[in-house]
Amino acid sequence: MKRARVFGIICIGGLGALLIGVGVWYARRHNVAVLNTQGTVGNAERRMIVFAALLSLVIVLPVFALTFGIAWRYRAGNKKATYRPDMDRNRWFETAWWVIPSVLITILSVVAWRGSHQLDPYRPLNSSAKPLTIQVIALDWKWLFIYPDQHIATVNMVQFPAGTPVTFDITSDAPMNAFWIPQLGGQIYAMSGMSSQLHLMADHAGDYRGSSSNISGKGFAGMTFTARASSMSGFNAWVHTVQQSPQRLDQAAYSALARPSENNPPAYYTLQAKDLYNQVMMKYMMPMGSSSPSAGTGQDMAGMDMSGGMN
Amino acid sequence: MLFASLLLGRLNMDAFRHNMVVYTGVVVMTLGLLSAVAALTYFKRWKWLWREWLTSLDPKRIGVMYIVVAMLMLLRAVSDAAMMRAQQAVSVGSNHGFLSGDHFQQVFTAHGTIMIFFVAMGLLFGLLNLVVPLQLGARDVAFPFLNSVSFWLYVAGVVLVNTSLPIGEFAATGWLAYPPLSELQYSPGVGVDYWLWSLQIAGVGSLLSGVNFLTTIIRMRAPGMTLGKMPMFCWSVMGSMVLVVFAFPILTVTLALLFLDRTLGMHFFTSGFGGSAMMYVNLIWAWGHPEVYILILPAFGVFSEVVPTFSGKRLFGYTSMVWAIAAIVFLSFIVWLHHFFTMGAGADVNAFFGIMTMIIAVPTGVKIFNWLFTMYRGRIRFTTPMLWFLGFVATFTVGGVAGVMMGMPPVDFQLHNSLFLVAHFHTMIIGGVVFGFFAGLTYWFPKVFGFTLNERLGRWAFGFWLSGFLLAFIPLYILGFMGATRRMDHYDASLGWQPLFIVAAVGVGLVCVGVGFQILQVVVSVLRRKDHLDLTGDPWNARTLEWSTPSPAPEYNFAITPTVETRDAFWHTKQSGKRPAPSIYHAIRVPKNSPIGLFIGGAALTAGFAAVWHIGWLAAVAVAGVVGLVMYRTSDDNTTRTISAATIAKTEEAAAAKRRYA
Repeated sequence: MKRARVFGIICIGGLGALLIGVGVWYARRHNVAVLNTQGTVGNAERRMIVFAALLSLVIVLPVFALTFGIAWRYRAGNKKATYRPDMDRNRWFETAWWVIPSVLITILSVVAWRGSHQLDPYRPLNSSAKPLTIQVIALDWKWLFIYPDQHIATVNMVQFPAGTPVTFDITSDAPMNAFWIPQLGGQIYAMSGMSSQLHLMADHAGDYRGSSSNISGKGFAGMTFTARASSMSGFNAWVHTVQQSPQRLDQAAYSALARPSENNPPAYYTLQAKDLYNQVMMKYMMPMGSSSPSAGTGQDMAGMDMSGGMN
Repeated sequence: MLFASLLLGRLNMDAFRHNMVVYTGVVVMTLGLLSAVAALTYFKRWKWLWREWLTSLDPKRIGVMYIVVAMLMLLRAVSDAAMMRAQQAVSVGSNHGFLSGDHFQQVFTAHGTIMIFFVAMGLLFGLLNLVVPLQLGARDVAFPFLNSVSFWLYVAGVVLVNTSLPIGEFAATGWLAYPPLSELQYSPGVGVDYWLWSLQIAGVGSLLSGVNFLTTIIRMRAPGMTLGKMPMFCWSVMGSMVLVVFAFPILTVTLALLFLDRTLGMHFFTSGFGGSAMMYVNLIWAWGHPEVYILILPAFGVFSEVVPTFSGKRLFGYTSMVWAIAAIVFLSFIVWLHHFFTMGAGADVNAFFGIMTMIIAVPTGVKIFNWLFTMYRGRIRFTTPMLWFLGFVATFTVGGVAGVMMGMPPVDFQLHNSLFLVAHFHTMIIGGVVFGFFAGLTYWFPKVFGFTLNERLGRWAFGFWLSGFLLAFIPLYILGFMGATRRMDHYDASLGWQPLFIVAAVGVGLVCVGVGFQILQVVVSVLRRKDHLDLTGDPWNARTLEWSTPSPAPEYNFAITPTVETRDAFWHTKQSGKRPAPSIYHAIRVPKNSPIGLFIGGAALTAGFAAVWHIGWLAAVAVAGVVGLVMYRTSDDNTTRTISAATIAKTEEAAAAKRRYA
C-alpha cells in the first residue's frame, strides 16, 4: 500500500515535470509575443507583467506550502499531530494575513498608479524623432490605415519606421473592435463616433502580427494585419511605391470598401478623400435623418474624443 | 401575408432550417425529452411528479429541481465548450473546421450565457434552497410562493434559451452582447432577442430570490441565533444576496433599454443618433462584476462549512471572515471598470479601478489563510468535499494572481480579451465557484436524500475534473501570451498555436469524463443507497443545525424550533451530550402546494417567445396572464395546510428509531 502511494507520487511528479519541460521547449520555439516585445511600450508592459508575477510568488508559494503541509501533517490518520478542536483565533496570525498582503498590494498599487500614467495610451512617447500619424478605421472585417500626411491608405497592412513614435488615431465604422499589436504594446478599443489614441514605437525592424481582440461579427477572426517596422529609408521607399498605386481611395471606393468582407488581403491606395477619418467619425454624431456632415462642424466636434473627456 | 405576420410575427419556416450540427443537437435534445416522458409514463410517475415536485413549495424540493435543471444545462454548456475547442483544434490554415464563423460565435455565446445564468445561478439558488432555512433553524424561506415563482422564471429562461436551438438562432455577440454589435443594425436576427429575453426573465427570478433569501436570513433565524452566531455559509449568502438586490436591477434596466433599441427603434446604445455603446458596457459590468461575487461568495461559504467539519475543528477567524465578506461586497461595486481599461478612460480613472481591484485580493487572501488555519491542528478527513477544497485553493490562488496582474491597467492592455483572460476567469469560476458548489452538493446530498454519495466515484470525478481543467486552461494562459485572442474560429497555421489548442481540447475531453463519473456516481449511489444510508442525520459529524434533523429532512425541517446559544450550535449540543428528546409535538403549518408559480413561469416563457418573434397579441395575452395569475394568487387566503402533531410524532419517532439502530 505504502509503496504504491510512493510510486503514485513519483508518477504524478514525473508527469508534471515532463509537462513543464515540454511547455518550456514549446515556448522557446515559438513567438510568445507578449514576452517577446520589440517596442518601447511593450517592453515596459512586459516588465510589469514579470514584476507582478514574481511579487505574487511571495504569497503563492507560502499558500501552496501551507496548504499541502498542513493537510498532510494534520490528516486524520496522523495521531501524533496535536489536535486542538476549539482553537479558532490567533491575533498575531490574523494580523499577519491582513497586513502582509496589504503591504504587497500597496507596492503593486504604486506600480499600477505610475504605470497607468506612464503607459497611458494617450501619452505621447519621449523621442527626438518626429512622430508619424496613422489613422485607423475598423471596418467589417478589416483594418483601414490612412496616412494623412503621405496621402496613402492601406488595408490590413501598416508600415512605419522603427525608432519613430507612431500616433495611431483609432475609430470604427463597424461594431466595436480592439486594436492590438502585442509585440509592440497594449491595445485600445476602436469605437464608432469616437477617436481613441495609441502611441507605439518599434525598436527594431520586423513584421509584427496585429489583430482585433474584440468580437465584431462573423469575420472577426480574419481581422489580422501585419505591422511592419522598417528603416526610415525603407519606409520612404514604400510610401513612394504606394503613392504610385493605381487604386484610389475616394468616397465611392471607401463606401465599397466599408461593405462587409472577410479575410481581406493587404491592399494599397492613393488617398483621394479629404479628411476621411473625421468624416467617418462624424457620421455617427449627426442627428437622425441627415446623412452627411456639413462642412465645418466636423472639425469642431472631433474634439469630443476620449482623451478630451476623461483625462 | 399580412395575416400571417399578425398571427406569427416574424416566425416562419426559415426559423426551422439549420445545419447538420444544430440538427444533431435538436435530435439529442428531443430524444432526451421523449425518453423522460416515456419513463414517466411507463413508471406511472406523472401524478407523483406533479404533486411531489412541480407544485411543491418546499424549498428542499425546489432546491433539488434547481440543481437537476442546472446539471442538465451543465451538460449542454459543456458540449458547447467541447465543440468550441474541437473547432479550434482543427480550424487552422486551409482547414476551416466544422463550424462556420457565425455558428461558432453562437456556440460560445450560448456557452457563456448558459454557464453563468443557468448553471452557476441554478446551482447557487439550488444550494441556498437546500441549506439556508435548515441552517438557520427555520422551517421555510420568508416567501415560499415567491420562491416557486423565482424557480419557474429561471426554468422559463432555460427553456427559452434552448428554444433558440430548434427555432431560429442564438446571439452571436459574446455572452454580454456589447452594442453596437448587438443592435439591430449589426444583429437583425432573433438571436440577440433570445439572449435578451431569456436573461431578462431568469434575471427577474434571481432578483426575487435575492429579496427572498435576504429576508429569510434577516428575519427567520432561530431564537438565539444572533448574526454573530450565524453559520458562515449564511453570512456568505447574505453578502451574495445583498449584491443580487443591488446589482440585478441594473441588469434588468440595461436589458430593457437594449430591448427598446432593438424593438422600438430607440437609440440608447446605438452607433450614432446620440446612442452610447460605452454606457451599455459600463452598465452591464456594473451588474456583471458583482455577479462574479454573487457566485463566488456562497462557494466560499460552502468551504467555510466543509473545512471545519472535516477538520473536526471550529472555523478559524470568524470575525475576520465576516469582515472579509463585507469588504468584498463593498469593493465588488467599485471595480467594474477593470473589464474595459482598454476603452481609453484616462490614467487616473484606470489607476483607481485597478487599485480597487487589487485590494479585493486582500480579504480574499484572508479567507484562504483562515481556512488553512482551520485545518491547522485539526483531524482532517479527506472526503470528496475536502478534495474539492484543496483543488480550489491550488487553482484559485493561481487564478487570483492572474487577476491581480490584470488589475494593473498597463498589464491589462496586453492581456485583455486574450486567451489569458479566458483562462483567468475560468480558473476563478471553475476552480472557485464550480468546485465550491460540487463540494457543497456532495456535503449536503445526504441531508436531502438520506444517503451519501459514493466516495470512490466522487474521487475519480474530482481527479478528472482537476486534471482536465489544468490541461484545458494552462495552454490558454500560454496562448494569451502568444497573442491569441478569445473567440477565434480560425487562425493561421504559421503561428504554431495548434498543439496548444489540441492539448486544451484533450483537457475538455477529460472534464467530460469527469462529468461522466459524476453521473455514474449519482446512479451508483442511488442503486446502492442501502449501503450508505444516513441513519443518524449527521453523517459527517458536523457542526451546524441542519445536521440535527433526520436525513432526509422532513418537510417541516424542525419538529421543535431549536434555540441557539453558541456558534456551531449542533456541535455543542453533541459535546454536551444532551440532545433534546421532546415527547410533545405541536401541529405545524406549512404552505400548500401551488401550481401558480409554474403557470406564471409558463406565461413568462410565452411572453418571452412572443417578444422574440414580435408576436404582439400573444405577448399581450401572456403578460395579462402573468398579471391575472398574480392577482388570483394574492386573493387566495387558503394557502397553508397543517401537519398534525400525530404525524410529526410518528416521523420523529421513526427518525429516532433509525438513529438508535445506527
